Amino acid sequence: MLEHIWVIPTVTFVSFWLILFLGKRMPRHGAEIGIAALALTFVLSCVATFQWNARPADEVVSPAGEEVHAEEDPSGGHALGQVHALASEVAVEGEGGGEAGHEIEPIRSAVERNVTWFSLGDVTVEAGTLADGLAVVMLFTVTLISLLVHVFSTNYMHGDVRFTYFFAALSLFTTGMLLLVVSSSLLQALFGWELMGLCSFMLIGHWWEKKPNSDAAMKAFLTTRTGDIGLLVGIVIMFFAAGQTFDIATINDLALTGGMGETALVVGALALFLGVIGKSAQFPLHTWLPDAMAGPTPVSALIHAATMVVAGVYLVARLYGVFWEAFDIGAGGINPIAAIGGITILIAAALAFVQTDIKKVLAYSTVSQLGYMIMALGVGAWTAAVFHLFTHAFFKGLLFLGAGSVSHAVHSFEMKDDMGGLRKYMPTTFATFMIGSVALAGLFPFAGFWSKDEILLGAAENGYRLFELIGIIGAFMTAAYMTRCVYLTFFGRYRGHGHPHESPPAITGPLVVLAAFSVGAGLLNFPGFELFGELTENRVLLLAGVEHHAFEVFPAIVSSAVVLAGLAFAGMLFFAQRLPRGVTARNGLARAGYQLLVNKYYLDHLYTGVIIGSIKGRIARAAYWVNQKVIDGVVNAVGIGSAGAGAWVYRHIDQQVVDGAVNGAGFGAEGFGGILRTIQTGRVQQYGALLFGATAVLALSLVIFI
Amino acid sequence: MIAQNIAFAILALVATLAALRVVTTRNVVHAALYLVVVLASVGALYVLLAAEFVAAVQILIYIGAIVVLFLFGIMLTRATIGVESDLDNDQRWIAAITGLFLLGVLTFVLVESFGDDQLPGLAGVSREELTAQRGTGAVGDAIFSTYLVPFEVISVLLLAALVGAIVLARRD
Amino acid sequence: MLVNQFLLLGAVLFCIGVYGVLARRNGVLVLMSIELILNAVNINLVALGSVQGPEAAVAGQVFALFVVTIAAAEVGVGLAIVLLIYRNRSTVDLDEVDLMKG
Repeated sequence: MLEHIWVIPTVTFVSFWLILFLGKRMPRHGAEIGIAALALTFVLSCVATFQWNARPADEVVSPAGEEVHAEEDPSGGHALGQVHALASEVAVEGEGGGEAGHEIEPIRSAVERNVTWFSLGDVTVEAGTLADGLAVVMLFTVTLISLLVHVFSTNYMHGDVRFTYFFAALSLFTTGMLLLVVSSSLLQALFGWELMGLCSFMLIGHWWEKKPNSDAAMKAFLTTRTGDIGLLVGIVIMFFAAGQTFDIATINDLALTGGMGETALVVGALALFLGVIGKSAQFPLHTWLPDAMAGPTPVSALIHAATMVVAGVYLVARLYGVFWEAFDIGAGGINPIAAIGGITILIAAALAFVQTDIKKVLAYSTVSQLGYMIMALGVGAWTAAVFHLFTHAFFKGLLFLGAGSVSHAVHSFEMKDDMGGLRKYMPTTFATFMIGSVALAGLFPFAGFWSKDEILLGAAENGYRLFELIGIIGAFMTAAYMTRCVYLTFFGRYRGHGHPHESPPAITGPLVVLAAFSVGAGLLNFPGFELFGELTENRVLLLAGVEHHAFEVFPAIVSSAVVLAGLAFAGMLFFAQRLPRGVTARNGLARAGYQLLVNKYYLDHLYTGVIIGSIKGRIARAAYWVNQKVIDGVVNAVGIGSAGAGAWVYRHIDQQVVDGAVNGAGFGAEGFGGILRTIQTGRVQQYGALLFGATAVLALSLVIFI
Repeated sequence: MIAQNIAFAILALVATLAALRVVTTRNVVHAALYLVVVLASVGALYVLLAAEFVAAVQILIYIGAIVVLFLFGIMLTRATIGVESDLDNDQRWIAAITGLFLLGVLTFVLVESFGDDQLPGLAGVSREELTAQRGTGAVGDAIFSTYLVPFEVISVLLLAALVGAIVLARRD
Repeated sequence: MLVNQFLLLGAVLFCIGVYGVLARRNGVLVLMSIELILNAVNINLVALGSVQGPEAAVAGQVFALFVVTIAAAEVGVGLAIVLLIYRNRSTVDLDEVDLMKG
């Protein structure tokens, strides 16, 4: 299976076309094809995971970069005995020659399989699959969540106008993520990445008849696209820095062994990270994710839990050699990845407090948790980050589907107006939602506890004390906002209309499965057992010398205490109603803070109002002013205009300085508009005359002066 | 060699005069027909440069397709078929000055940099060799090997233009 | 033959085209003038290619072909725009089309 891992994305891709063409004629309108395909891929992923687990550890890599390499086994498992013998020999050598003195454990070597995609002159571009621990774990998670989302959707989306297309898009979406996960080359990964971008657009705007929904889809598409420009630039830089190859393993190796130029590495890593910021909704491009709640709830679950947003995290984990070397993560202190992650944790967690829409609470919580993963990667806690990605997928999927179940009952997402007291009406949803919440909050012994704890420990041990503190504060806030969310939804008095009822088995079934994983997934990395860490161990980590820190009791107690404090704080606030209410009404500072949060730090205003508005508005106004005054005729207008522009700019600079204008962006646009105004006649041919004339003058000056 | 130069002189003269008529004639349909003359003489120039395939494409696509498109454009926009007095706008002199200035700069640059450089003579090269080196086969090979990606990109561009043109022009 | 024969002819056609683009009122005529410019460029490509020997000659021809393709696309979209303008404003006079003046 590991050599033929390409089958997995292919199955869902075929399913996409089948649903598209045959879906409408099927008795269940295509849902059965999607579920069957996902079930098949899930089984195949399980097989791949088991095969990976059974694969002999035959590769020895020493941190210094001088590796002792077991002979490559091109035919995979066919010559197991021989490879085994070789490996043990090499391993003995490795132990003997290990300068550091400590024993180097052999690891499982990744299975890479490439075929020539196309060749251009001397450059051959390969496509293929790369199966290693990270990939199989991701495959398992993605296919499981996607399968459950499919099952959930059969009931949730029942009777929808575009039911069939919804399932087709889900299949394609899953294909995108699976393709990204198994890609061995960056170019191929980009295909999966963009496929997801396209599908998220289609799915978020599934109910496009309503303007806000199609706006949200557009926003998600364009915001992630902003980041994707960085990704594209980064991939091109990596291509040339690594000697014209897109191969991920080669790029990682070269980055770690000093085979790349320093500048190219840093610039490339920054550009790639921009793509990650966009896709994984990190500050300051996180604004699209809460809006993406406009899509159907199962889509939100899929986007937030297993695909799309974790693609960015996955990319950093996959290209960890590049980021490790470029940002010098091993050195401690501070670096861009950890900083962005840390900022995101705090601002998103704060935003989650003021939301009244249950899905938006969860959306900001996702942003915050993604911040944890990115921060973990930034502080060198690779295993912890991937582990958190793994556990988070289960409890966040659970919470979203739970929110979907609730909204199915009360036909709304507004916690304050339409929910409350639902624990009596929906016992299964309530129980599973509670499990998801405490897992998210990180309470012992649920999944979130183990992964969050590993992140905090990793930050502390690698010399990132500041980020450990941020993580602890984040844990406190997480516990508190989830308490608020649970209280508003399930406790108190029912504030909605009608009679809510428990959802049917197609909805509660996935909830129960996910709840089981939310309880149990954390145990995979149980102290002393650590199956997860061992599974995902790879060459890059050893080459870079990334240390994995196992569980320690004291920090765990501290973080648990903080989580409990958060629960207690919010509990007092909401359940016991002990703290003063209406603080925002009386206290000016609190009100200002509340306003800031409700307006999402004014980031959307900054993007649309200030940046776009000022450029558009000012130029238009300047041009209008011009139009009133400028005499027609380009020739003398240029003369008069440049003098006028000088005077105008002078006057306005003066004005601006005197006023102490705050608006820098608008100011620049204003000056620019002033210069442009003389030629704003609207007649294209006058612009053309200026263009050609100016070109001729430039060419002449080029001839004369050079 | 002399025969080539004479041919060039005739073709260049025809192309220049016809091009001048394209931009000065007062009849829109005549402009399109003069354009045919320009395009045909440029096509003949390609033959002088031993670029037979480009010459064929020039005739087929430009004259066969693009000029016909122009005639359709003229028809659909109901331009006056016949003499029209105001086909030029009021910045004709500015345009003429710009054009002449540009021509001056270009001529200066070209004379300065290429001077009396000769095109490598093809007289000694046999016909077979010429065909093998730069004939249609060689061009085809190059397009589908070295320039494959640009070729694909252009095909996508053409598709996009097709879709764009339909979207723009259809009535709804 | 001199290289400059071809290059200068290209320059002449180019400048005539520029004049046409700037001075013509009718949208269709402007598009025709753009074709003149593109042809001038093509002459340059083919001529400069054949200076350098067979390989460059082929390269020049290939690029000339690409330019022809793009010219076709340009005319298609350009004429569609002109038709749209005509439909909306009943004229193809570019002087009338000055919505960009703000």
